[in-house]
Amino acid sequence: MTPILTAESLSVSFTRYGRGLSRVELPGIRDLSLTADPGQVTAVVGSSGSGKSLLAHAVLGILPRNSRMEGTLLYDGAPLSPRRAAALRGREIVLVPQGAGCLDPMMQVGPQIRRGRRGPEVRTQCRQALERYGLGPETETLYPFQLSGGMARRVLIASAVMEGPRLVVADEPTPGLDARAAGRLLSHFRELADQGAGVLFITHDLELALTVAHKVVVLYAGQTVEEVPAEGFRTEKGLAHPYSQALWRAMPRNGFQVLPGLQPEGLDLPEGCAFAPRCPGRRPECGRGQIPYIETDGGRARCLFPGEVSVS
Amino acid sequence: MRHRLGFAGKKLIRMALLLLGTSLAAFLLMAASPLDPLQTNIGQAALGSMTREQVDRLEEYWGTDTPPMERYLGWLGSALKGDFGTSLLYRRPVMEVIGQRLGSSLWLLLTAWTLSGALGFVLGLAAGANRGRWPDKLVRGCCLVLSSAPVFWLALLLLMVFSVWLKVLPIGLAVPIGAEAASVTLAQRLRHALLPALALSISGIAGIALHTREKTADEMERDYILYARAMGERHILLRHVVRNVALPAITLQFASIGEIVGGSVLVEQVFSYPGLGQAAVSAGLGGDMPLLLGIAVVTAALVFGGNLTADLLYGAIDPRIRREAAKR
Amino acid sequence: MRTWDRRRSTLLLLIAAGAALLAVSVAGGLLTEQAMATDFSRRDLAPCWGYPFGTDWMGRDMLARTLAGLSLSIRIGVLTAGISAAVALILGTVCAISGGWADAAVSWVIDLVMGIPHILLIILISIACGRGLWGVTAGVALSHWTSLARVVRGEVLQLHQAPYLRMARKLGVSQGKLLRLHLLPHLLPQLLAGLILQFPHAILHEASVTFLGFGLSPEQPAIGIVLEESMGYLALGRWWLALFPGLSLVLVVALFALLGERARLLLSPASAQG
Repeated sequence: MTPILTAESLSVSFTRYGRGLSRVELPGIRDLSLTADPGQVTAVVGSSGSGKSLLAHAVLGILPRNSRMEGTLLYDGAPLSPRRAAALRGREIVLVPQGAGCLDPMMQVGPQIRRGRRGPEVRTQCRQALERYGLGPETETLYPFQLSGGMARRVLIASAVMEGPRLVVADEPTPGLDARAAGRLLSHFRELADQGAGVLFITHDLELALTVAHKVVVLYAGQTVEEVPAEGFRTEKGLAHPYSQALWRAMPRNGFQVLPGLQPEGLDLPEGCAFAPRCPGRRPECGRGQIPYIETDGGRARCLFPGEVSVS
Repeated sequence: MRHRLGFAGKKLIRMALLLLGTSLAAFLLMAASPLDPLQTNIGQAALGSMTREQVDRLEEYWGTDTPPMERYLGWLGSALKGDFGTSLLYRRPVMEVIGQRLGSSLWLLLTAWTLSGALGFVLGLAAGANRGRWPDKLVRGCCLVLSSAPVFWLALLLLMVFSVWLKVLPIGLAVPIGAEAASVTLAQRLRHALLPALALSISGIAGIALHTREKTADEMERDYILYARAMGERHILLRHVVRNVALPAITLQFASIGEIVGGSVLVEQVFSYPGLGQAAVSAGLGGDMPLLLGIAVVTAALVFGGNLTADLLYGAIDPRIRREAAKR
Repeated sequence: MRTWDRRRSTLLLLIAAGAALLAVSVAGGLLTEQAMATDFSRRDLAPCWGYPFGTDWMGRDMLARTLAGLSLSIRIGVLTAGISAAVALILGTVCAISGGWADAAVSWVIDLVMGIPHILLIILISIACGRGLWGVTAGVALSHWTSLARVVRGEVLQLHQAPYLRMARKLGVSQGKLLRLHLLPHLLPQLLAGLILQFPHAILHEASVTFLGFGLSPEQPAIGIVLEESMGYLALGRWWLALFPGLSLVLVVALFALLGERARLLLSPASAQG
């Protein structure tokens, strides 16, 4: 089966003007590789500053003008050029953003969901999409400030599924929701996947991601450090990369142990493995050269000694 | 609805108080003037042709033997009954003069107000949507020059270009102060009003353009714009940005009526356009205190009316305020 | 790092502009005699090498008249902007600190002053002062303080509520000392930017009111007078009488406006991206 989305060594950097005329390239994503299959929820997990949102923007082709993208991005087996992304977004590739702040405050929900398209069939489509998420036709005449947090998310999903998308990119869609509302929202994503769409679920909340994901991709400092089936997170042993293991240990049910230290940002990346300074099992080799992204059981990991450090 | 009416009522009372304050301030300023209206040249000439009764009334308001507060109350008493006194220069009731002058100014003000608003909005939108790129730099540069140029000089330039150099419009426009354009046809009137309206419009563009630019640039950074782009929406500028920027822009335009009125004083002077602004200058130079006082009150009413409209417009258009108010 | 650059370039601009304006001001002051000197042997000359701005119908050198006029305008501008900034500082602070009816009264006066179109208000004040130099100075100074006063009021109000100042008051530090030690240093940058931003308006309004005949007397070589006189000669094709003096005025005003804008951006980090 062709993956719906493939990223291979994707990098996104920004040009900033420093002092005088010097330019600085600020890396946002450095080496990101992942695959997302149709019919599956692929969770991309990372703390803030790991480059998660940039991935969404890259897929949708809406990176800011001062950015530069390198590496490969394939959609349905063919390169996803900015032009192709522009033609597909809003139809085949859709975004479910964070919340009500992403709705135009001065426009009613109905016209906003229809995105400028007219005609009776679009109106029915719109009503059906709202109905699917338990929103009555009166929702169409509401302004965003009249929606509750949960309603706003459902409106955003309804807006996304109107035209039967093949790839749904959800960029942190849950903050501000209580556990039950978040769970309901996630079940909607699962449902979309069950109907055949590929879902890229970008979040910082590993625990939440595990409730729906088929596969988990872990980001650290703009790099993918591990790609693993969701079952891998059942035990610490199922994980190859020490950062994934640290995330696992930080989950409430596994003891809430938080790893000391901070994720490096921007320009002060260490040589070799970016995680090495915080890694409990670091060895001298970890501080040198490029760390390859190697195959593990069922997944991939960016570690010279995968699965070896789990004892702590 | 009741809430809205209450809001409007409060604003109206405030406006009435401000108008009262304006008239008092203007009256006191004039009363404090060492230039005695009954002694200035034109005033004196006017005195000769006035009836005894008129001169008495004038003495009552402007004479030096009664204290100013008392004189003001006298003026206010008749003003509230609609009698603003008699103009010394035109020898007619002040309100009659103002009505006629305002009539010819209104066309000028309205054209300039609409034209500068529309043009400024479009330019600001173009600049804000292209922040940091050449359209932005161009618009900002133009606005800097326009806001640094005195209105009357712009008017002089237009006069030089169109009347002297190109000879498209009559040079007779630049007749010196005091010339009356009493018996003219509509076509002539339009020809006469064209350049003043243009000068006034140009001078009003910078403010609204810069404001719109700022707002547009802010809106372009909002999440909903990014989301609209992510969902492949077209015409984002027209569909979303204009919708969000228009209300503050319209409000600003209503709130800046004072500047257009102020500009019209200068423009009318350059073109000898027989409007309210020119009357204000003549009244000021000629010591026609009743007329000047009347003009101050009327223009202040225009400005406060504009502010009031701006306030009410927000409530009527912004759904966040409108729907909240409807709930109550 | 960008801010630092901006700071330096603004500083350079400030020095350059200040020097230019000072030069104009001094040169104009020295040229006042020459600006009034009539010489009928050289009347109505179009711009040429000897007289780059041309001469008028009385043979007066327009360059000298322009510089003298600008010099006068700049000096009046500095004076009026200074006065109005002081008024704004005092009234704004009084408003914020005393609150209550004083606040309401001053706010009402601000509304009142903003309600009358500037030109008209200046005319009224100028008449009250008997026109002339003092009339126009008082007019411009007393009509331009309102927006700055609002800024000061808001700023002081915010500072007044700051925890460290509330604490200081509780500890018995006197109001005057607080004002001097904490509020003033905080307000100074805002005030400075406001002051520079007032210059363009002040100069333009002075020129306008003088142009209308309510300001400086016709004997003085003010820009408003120069332009008012040029009006009668436009029809005769003496374009230089209006063009160059006006253009120079625009240049001076734009320089001040640019300076004020830069200063404002520099002082409010939130908008430093502009």
